[in-house]
Amino acid sequence: MPTVALLDYGSGNVHSAKKALEAAGAQVDLTRDRNAVMSADGLVVPGVGSIAACMEGLREVNAGELIGRRLAGGRPVLGICVGMQVLFDEGREGGETTEALGEWPGVVDRLDAQVLPHMGWNTVEVPEGSRLFEGIESERFYFVHSYAAKEWLIEQHPRIRTTALTWATHGERFLAAVENGPLTATQFHPEKSGEAGVRLLANWLATLS
Amino acid sequence: MLATRVIPCLDVQHGRVVKGVNFKNLADNGDPVELAARYAREGADELTFLDVAASVDDAETLYDVVERCAEQVFIPLTVGGGVRSADDVRTLLSRGADKCSVNSAAVKRPELISDIADRFGSQVLVLSLDVAGGAGTDSGWEVTVRGGRERTGIDALEWAERCASLGAGEILLNSIDADGTREGFDIPLTRAVRDRVSIPVIGSGGAGSAADFAPAVTEGGADAMLAASIFHSGQVSIAEVKTALAAAGVEVRR
Repeated sequence: MPTVALLDYGSGNVHSAKKALEAAGAQVDLTRDRNAVMSADGLVVPGVGSIAACMEGLREVNAGELIGRRLAGGRPVLGICVGMQVLFDEGREGGETTEALGEWPGVVDRLDAQVLPHMGWNTVEVPEGSRLFEGIESERFYFVHSYAAKEWLIEQHPRIRTTALTWATHGERFLAAVENGPLTATQFHPEKSGEAGVRLLANWLATLS
Repeated sequence: MLATRVIPCLDVQHGRVVKGVNFKNLADNGDPVELAARYAREGADELTFLDVAASVDDAETLYDVVERCAEQVFIPLTVGGGVRSADDVRTLLSRGADKCSVNSAAVKRPELISDIADRFGSQVLVLSLDVAGGAGTDSGWEVTVRGGRERTGIDALEWAERCASLGAGEILLNSIDADGTREGFDIPLTRAVRDRVSIPVIGSGGAGSAADFAPAVTEGGADAMLAASIFHSGQVSIAEVKTALAAAGVEVRR
């Protein structure tokens, strides 16, 4: 059974993330302990609320270094919702810019849509070769957010394994999920996406060993 | 494309479902968690627990129900009734709720809305708005509290707009006039609130048949609909509501 460290930095409702990961077949430890975070097969970074608030909590547990070290060793990390947004360079919320973890270039900005937050079950455009969405390509997933990354700025290198980008649309197109080597992220909440969400988490767990 | 949500609401008191639940094949009709799991299997897009007793002594019983539900039902859960402070919200979130709805407490103390939104984000905060037609306000719609028994003199549309600007993430709009009539949702009210705010609006009150849901979306502009007795009575299933919505051209999750 794969072990997963669920990063404990004060983010709201990690309860359901833990239970959904367990339902998907993981042994889950809600922790901020450095050794536990480094030694788990997978690390999950949850996040709800604002990027600014999440970054404050993440800095307190030294998340940037922990995530960076795991990735340097090719060890999988999964960011969920604001846990995805913080992987980009910076977030722009309500006129304020927050420096984020910068694992990926680009900014997270407000969606241009008539109704915000984008709340509910939406369809996604899954690219060929996605392991994360295998068998659930046409399912809907549960989103709740007003901000998102709208561009992918890393050029595809012909000899490196292709990054799988999944898009969704609410008012405008934005990144719903990224599978980039050991670093995976979803803007939606798999832990709130019913059976499809549990299957997605199981697909991610299957990439850990 | 985003699906219109269908949300069953369970009235809970002392950890038990209180409003006429009438299902076969449930071991215990009064257990909110068993009923929630059933609705989730049938395609509910979210779940709402409303603690109708909401007494301080009884809070732990509600928290247990929330925790047990979150352990086995992986769709969003909103909890309302008795949320009086940002600390109440913190406790509910830590026990597994995704959103909390506030009603009377926000009318008494509007800054509660910004307190909660600032600490946990707008997405956790559902403003529950019980509205009755009333001649005393500019729009002709008035905010009520205590389940419609007490009028406030506050214009419902102005209040909706103010709450959205204070940080509410969603409005649960309950028409006191339509509630219990089973004659359909209050379309003019839903449309008026939809046109006034840019956060999602959940229509509630008045559903009597599967056919009542589509007009709330196509004419009223609702982003979601919440109903209780129509589902609990076993008279209409969630699947039937979604079939009717899809037939009317409304996007749903199947």
